[in-house]
Amino acid sequence: MLDTAPTGSLQIRDVSKLFGSFKAVDGINLEIQKGEFLTLLGPSGSGKTTLLMMIAGFLDISHGDIALDGSSITNIPAEKRNFGMVFQGYALFPHMSVRDNIGYALSVRKRPASEIRTRVDEMLELVQLQDFAERKPTQLSGGQQQRVALARALCFAPPVLLLDEPLGALDKKLRVEVQEQLKDIHKRVGTTFIYVTHDQEEALSMSDRIVIMRDGAIEQVGTPTVLYERPATKFAAGFLGKSNFVHQAGKTFALRPEKIDLRAGQGNEGARASGVIRSITYFGSMQRIIVDTSAGDEIEVDIDVWRNQEMLSEGADVDLLWNDEAAVELRET
Amino acid sequence: MQALRKHIHPGWFIIAPLLILVATLYLSPILNILWLSVTDPEPGFGNYAKLGESDALVRIIWTTVRICIITTIFSVTLGYSIAYAMVHCHQKQKNYMLTLLLLSFWISILVRTFSWLMLLGRNGLVNGALQDIGLIAEPIAFMRNELGVLIGMVHYMIPYAVLPLLVSMEALDKRVMDASRNLGATGTQTFWRIYLPLTLPGLVASTLLVFILSLGFYVTPAVLGGGKVLMVAEYISVQLLVTLKWGTAAMLAALMLFGVLAMLWIMSRFMKLSTVFGGAAR
Ligand SMILES: Nc1ncnc2c1ncn2[C@@H]1O[C@H](COP(=O)(O)OP(=O)(O)OP(=O)(O)O)[C@@H](O)[C@H]1O
Ligand SMILES: [Mg+2]
Repeated sequence: MLDTAPTGSLQIRDVSKLFGSFKAVDGINLEIQKGEFLTLLGPSGSGKTTLLMMIAGFLDISHGDIALDGSSITNIPAEKRNFGMVFQGYALFPHMSVRDNIGYALSVRKRPASEIRTRVDEMLELVQLQDFAERKPTQLSGGQQQRVALARALCFAPPVLLLDEPLGALDKKLRVEVQEQLKDIHKRVGTTFIYVTHDQEEALSMSDRIVIMRDGAIEQVGTPTVLYERPATKFAAGFLGKSNFVHQAGKTFALRPEKIDLRAGQGNEGARASGVIRSITYFGSMQRIIVDTSAGDEIEVDIDVWRNQEMLSEGADVDLLWNDEAAVELRET
Repeated sequence: MQALRKHIHPGWFIIAPLLILVATLYLSPILNILWLSVTDPEPGFGNYAKLGESDALVRIIWTTVRICIITTIFSVTLGYSIAYAMVHCHQKQKNYMLTLLLLSFWISILVRTFSWLMLLGRNGLVNGALQDIGLIAEPIAFMRNELGVLIGMVHYMIPYAVLPLLVSMEALDKRVMDASRNLGATGTQTFWRIYLPLTLPGLVASTLLVFILSLGFYVTPAVLGGGKVLMVAEYISVQLLVTLKWGTAAMLAALMLFGVLAMLWIMSRFMKLSTVFGGAAR
């Protein structure tokens, strides 16, 4: 059956990519553990695809070194690296059936037909496409094509699977569903996943660790909790979730909207700041209140709808309260 | 008028003049030829019966088909490599190559044919040079034989072979080739299993185009064959202008027409022709 032992650790050492004089990837250092689900998250043009393509071997590395389980793969061509890859847009072979697509990697390795058959059947079961084996890719829905691409990339049991925005073409509802399946498959096969996305919710819900990238460099690395609770920079705080920036005593703090409490009036005990409600927006499960503080900051507060109905009106004076841990000091830049 | 509109799409009214024009100027001569082939010199299938009687006729048809097949094989193979090179080189070089290709399109077939005589004829540049440096004593007979006809025809046909291939290669998604590499396929495997099958519609289109156009070659065999290589088109013109056997000429023309239609029909059994002519593959 599927082997579930964690596979493939990757060492990325000081890797850069130059296009002419433009640095698309700038001195990246990263240790990726066996069996880890690592997400590269960053805005468009931050170098995610470029880094992934260098790992896959489609782009030459300008400086630095990439190693698999400790031995360098920098000079090994893409077809010899044995890395699985799910391409943006899937890049399925349109003239082959689902079965032949999935079995392609084994078939070019000249494995016996019976072995290919059993393995493809396993893969079809893994992605739950048993009934679609003889169809052509054009006869499948987007979500099904995505699963074929995944099965094709996993069929030869690669040590590392690279995924470049694999859910980019799916609609929101289907995305959430496929995210679950992907997470589940990751657990079952134990392959190291390197996942590229610019969707922060996707990154938070799926990853073991997230790498936030900005202008080709790493802004911050950490587990979803660490990145959300303890962002190191303004960029990281603003990119992952919503964040307020409070300036106090010459320092900047990040403060999540849901970690702030409101009290009517002024001079409440324990108040950290006070101000005037500028607007209230109703979102069903919560309401978002924007407060202009007397210190000149604009602070968003998310609170439950059922609380304090009477005092919340635009123009009302309020105090803002939060715990010490809620305010995270940011480093400059 | 209202009732008419209901049954006929208004688009037809717009193209109706064109349709009528095509019908009169194109279909009626063809029908005329078909008619001639069974009425001249006397009604009946006498002209077609000649195919069974005359060895000369059969030989001419066989020569034509053989030359066309060889021309097609060479033109399409060379065209495939040229198109491949054009698609996979830098944009600047590609523009150069496209210009050269179109340039040879625009040069008259007569000029191109005679320039081969100058190059490869008995007293041509190549034979002259080889004799001067003493490599050969007698000139090599490149021209005035079937080889000459083939050289001329392949040369003329290559641009026609390249264009459909270029279109189908450019439409390919490059990531599919990357995917194949990523899955461990060597360059050769990727070519045979992915690239060739995906460019097959272009290959078929190019083959059909070259073969059909080759069937009608007239100037090149006449000039480069030196009278020894008689193909159908030249024979038809002799029947029309010299021996005045219009019935035989019409029969041969009709035969070629049916041959081409039969080929298209056979192709359509194997693949949707619309994919060959640029429609989406489904
Ligand atoms: N072949 C190339 N030549 C020149 N510049 C390039 C090339 N490929 C990428 N770049 C540049 O490198 C930078 C990083 O590109 P990359 O595709 O890695 O971004 P990305 O993070 O994947 O963005 P997206 O989320 O939009 O896919 C961009 O500024 C891009 O313009
Ligand atoms: Mg990208």
